[in-house]
Amino acid sequence: MSIGRRAGRVDLGIVGGGPIGLAVAWRCAQRGLDVAVYDDATPEDGQRPPARKAIGERTGAWEVAAGMLAPVGESCFGEPELTALLTDSAARWPGFAAELEAAASAEVGYRAEGTLVVALTADDLAAAVRITAYQRDLGLGIDRLTPSALRELEPVLSPRVRGGALAPGDHQVDPRRLTSALRIAAGRAGVRFVRRRVADVCEVYADRVVVAAGCGAARLTGLPVRPVRGEVLRLRAPGGDPGFRHVIRGYADGREIYLVPRRDGEVVLGATSHERADGAVTAGGVLELLRAAADLIPEIEEYALVEAQSGARPGTPDNRPILGGWRTGSREVVVATGHYRHGILLTPVTADLIAGLLVDGVALPDAFEAARFTERRVACA
Amino acid sequence: MIMDDLVVGGERFGSRLILGTGGAANLDVLERAVKASGTEMVTVALRRINAQKSADGLLDVVARTGVRLLPNTAGCRTATEAVKLAHLAREAFGTPWIKLEVIGDERTLLPDGVELVPAAERLVADGFTVLPYTNDDPILARRLADAGCAAVMPAGSPIGSGLGIGNPHHLRLLRQAVDVPVILDAGLGTASDAALAMELGCDAVLLASAVTRAEDPERMATAMRLAVEAGYLAARAGRIPRRFHALASTPDEGRPDL
Repeated sequence: MSIGRRAGRVDLGIVGGGPIGLAVAWRCAQRGLDVAVYDDATPEDGQRPPARKAIGERTGAWEVAAGMLAPVGESCFGEPELTALLTDSAARWPGFAAELEAAASAEVGYRAEGTLVVALTADDLAAAVRITAYQRDLGLGIDRLTPSALRELEPVLSPRVRGGALAPGDHQVDPRRLTSALRIAAGRAGVRFVRRRVADVCEVYADRVVVAAGCGAARLTGLPVRPVRGEVLRLRAPGGDPGFRHVIRGYADGREIYLVPRRDGEVVLGATSHERADGAVTAGGVLELLRAAADLIPEIEEYALVEAQSGARPGTPDNRPILGGWRTGSREVVVATGHYRHGILLTPVTADLIAGLLVDGVALPDAFEAARFTERRVACA
Repeated sequence: MIMDDLVVGGERFGSRLILGTGGAANLDVLERAVKASGTEMVTVALRRINAQKSADGLLDVVARTGVRLLPNTAGCRTATEAVKLAHLAREAFGTPWIKLEVIGDERTLLPDGVELVPAAERLVADGFTVLPYTNDDPILARRLADAGCAAVMPAGSPIGSGLGIGNPHHLRLLRQAVDVPVILDAGLGTASDAALAMELGCDAVLLASAVTRAEDPERMATAMRLAVEAGYLAARAGRIPRRFHALASTPDEGRPDL
């Protein structure tokens, strides 16, 4: 901290203690900044995080997220800038995970077995082939597989599946372990945690402010970040180990789901998508996910249903995150939010880019600048 | 002016293309497609709407593009349910216009005619401008027109199937059976489907997935706008009869001898 500073004022205050905020905090602290993270859900020092309810709504998207690191599977028509950023961040993940695990002395559940795309019906196969062909044309690693090749890789798949593909570069991490490890690593690097809800960025007693508050960024900055609600289930395999190792991206009767198997026996099953703000877990949402999952992997019916939760993805009008400088009503801030479906995958690249901006003054890519929404400012706190 | 105005429920529309808003990859893509389509009316499912007004959502796209909002009762399975949702829509959006959908089957999403007619009668009595999504059944269409619907909206084929117009003859019969505008709704896959609908005598076309789920929605929206205009013009330009054998376009008489 510089000499003559008023007591308590830090170099950098970060609003939001999810993976994005914590990773930015960790990286900036590593580069010598004095950092404080503001989040009302941050556990007090030495306390365990509050227990999660088995059914309910979570405030942070990361608490619900499955943690797919899927630059290939998440590449869609007409989003080349986003695809490039996803690919960039995926390449940073192995090093990021190793460095974080060492810094935190904790595992983050990084798994690199790859992802299988699985289609149940002929209609589903046509939909899957259309998007995987596009991904292949982009030069991304994805290869078509016959039903027998799929079942050779994962014998638990239903004999009904009509075909699919393998994306070996689409990996996974456990977002809860990740967040907990980031909190430890950031704390060890000197980051302080302030358990407080920030209603206005002026309350942050720091030279510079990063807003990494997910959907909360709309209220704090006036940027068009909207909640896109999703329901996600957590299952547990009876023998302790799920009967499959790959992440499964399934197309089943027109519904798209994913199944993410963890080494500790957990299977994350997601996700619905609703343009609404309220957070109830609906019977229909649970049914839709389980029906599709059981159609693709019948033994899912034997698994224990452990959690059914809904979270809000921070969506932007063009699905791209918002990274860069922005003037709120009251002060200049740096924004790192709007990661929509890709917050976990984009954590390493976001942290590196924001730290590069704050410490070295390296400009951020234009495609993600907040300035693209200058005409769309929404009502602010 | 290429086309006369479409008149529905006493309102005039320069565009004969109506867009559904579901299925777009993101709101920016949807906004560009709405602009490229030239549409003046979009339909929105009530349950898809984000009630939270603080963030930029679907309703902001509608507001920015200046198009008319046509709420629909997608997902309803009974007349009672649809009537209730229509009233909620009228309160929420201040419009008495409603696209009435009563679905009879989750796999086909085809309309349930038996529920549709009483729902339409009820809503007309309650002062709504009712545009029912119906089958390509001329008799059912006539019943709906008799009930006071402002237009009828027959399916070309099941919603989202992209199969085009399954029974062109029924559409011709249906067009003859009613005096209200016929708006082809559902099943279209590409531009030629929209042109065919207009050539068969439809007054307008409503589509969603064909544009929103296309690889390039903005370009497909442009194609659909042109196809609707092309079909409208062709239907009024007096096409030539179909012949079994060829008929040279240049007759022998009058050819210069060189």
